Amino acid sequence: MIKFTNVFKAFPKGGLALKDVSFHIAKGEFAFLTGHSGAGKSTVLKLVFAEERPTSGEVRVSGFNVSDLPTRAIPMLRRRLGIVFQDFRLLEDRMAAENVAFALEVTGARRATIPARVMRVLTQVGLAAKAQAYPRELSGGEQQRVAIARALVNEPTVLLADEPTGNLDERATRGVFQLLRDINASGTAVVMATHDLDLVRQAPYRVIELQEGAVVFDSAVDEPRGQAAPTT
Amino acid sequence: MNLTIREALLAFRRAPLLSALSVTTIAFSLFVLGLFGLVAVNFQRALNEIAQRVEIVAYLLPGTPGETVTLALKDIEAFPEVQAANYVSEDSALARAKRELVEFRDQYRELENNPLPASIEVKLKPSFRDAAHVNVVADRLRGFGFVDDVHFGRDWVEKLDRLRQLAAAVGIVVGGAFAAVAIIIIGTTIRMAVLQRSREIAIMRLVGATDGFIRRPFLLQGTIKGLLGGLVAMGFSFGAYYLINRFLIQATFFTEVQALAIVGFGALIGLMGSLLSVGRHLKRV
Repeated sequence: MIKFTNVFKAFPKGGLALKDVSFHIAKGEFAFLTGHSGAGKSTVLKLVFAEERPTSGEVRVSGFNVSDLPTRAIPMLRRRLGIVFQDFRLLEDRMAAENVAFALEVTGARRATIPARVMRVLTQVGLAAKAQAYPRELSGGEQQRVAIARALVNEPTVLLADEPTGNLDERATRGVFQLLRDINASGTAVVMATHDLDLVRQAPYRVIELQEGAVVFDSAVDEPRGQAAPTT
Repeated sequence: MNLTIREALLAFRRAPLLSALSVTTIAFSLFVLGLFGLVAVNFQRALNEIAQRVEIVAYLLPGTPGETVTLALKDIEAFPEVQAANYVSEDSALARAKRELVEFRDQYRELENNPLPASIEVKLKPSFRDAAHVNVVADRLRGFGFVDDVHFGRDWVEKLDRLRQLAAAVGIVVGGAFAAVAIIIIGTTIRMAVLQRSREIAIMRLVGATDGFIRRPFLLQGTIKGLLGGLVAMGFSFGAYYLINRFLIQATFFTEVQALAIVGFGALIGLMGSLLSVGRHLKRV
């Protein structure tokens, strides 16, 4: 599904963002990417959705080879992924439902099917009642749910979440995390970058820990049967 | 496609002032172009009227037999440059002289012999009424044995040529300059629109919109602005024409095809401006 093989990524101004990173995340898996800020979590995610290209090594994502993917083909890769960020990235001048519909419209979905698909994902994230609300009328947790709905509406095989709870209070954090677990339970792989170790400890999921651009711990390799217990 | 149109039109609603401003600036630069076009159209018309009088006259040796002339007329009319060739006999030359040169009427009456030679008057097709073609045809006429002399207003045919070339050169330079200005203006407004919507564009990219899809509304938007600018400019030009025609001199307006071409040109430079701008700025978003 997502396979990194000896991936190096150099910063444009020198130095290495990633050093010899290798891992394989299987279909339907839930994996945490942990580490301090600047450890390379976001870089790993950017390589997955082809925002960045590896300097060397190979990145494969659901059949696409990101290392030498033509720029034209990037949209096709991204349609297989759902992406969620810390800052939600919603369009302020559109209602929740329109924000979700946007992802379908720009990828050329049949117009007639859009309203039903939008309502289905908004229901899934528990926001059907707020479909007509603008982002400014929603709480942080609700905005992140809209963003997740937008990421899900194209039925991705992988959901990438870069610090999805970074801007949320504890209660909203729990809600969003539970939502991500539910999504994973229905078969979608989830890769979640976070430095919230409490969250990581709550669930028996795989943990890949990065430090200064290198994988220092991978629970699938280092303690295959045990529970995630990162040292930092 | 539906979405493209909606997004393009949404831009006018989101930034009405900016849109109005760009349409107005485009309209004014096209208006200047239109005014210049009006001058050119009228100047061209005047030149064509003058050019219609471009005529080559071949004077014939006295006593040229009628059949020879008839045959020669057929030959001459078959020249690709020639629109018409007319034989003017000695008698009709004299009659015409009497009619047209009234002040010499008395002298003509006293004449015993007709001093005027017979001639063949050759009129060229409109696209051949320039010095080079006139010279070629004149030389060919001189080749006929019975032709005594060939006359045409060499000087003013050449002047006419120079005038035409000057008009064309000025037209290309001024027209090009204003088209460039309009393209830059449209490019700038598209640039502002791209920057204004950079957040939206980033999200579109994230959810897998293709670059072509992202670009299309901007291209349509630029084209619509150019089209509107062209229509407004045509309105202004008509106003200017109306005033000039009424208070200054009699002038002609563009033909429908010319008017449509100018509006279409507006749309085209709108498209060009946005094409030049959108690709460059999308890369930076």
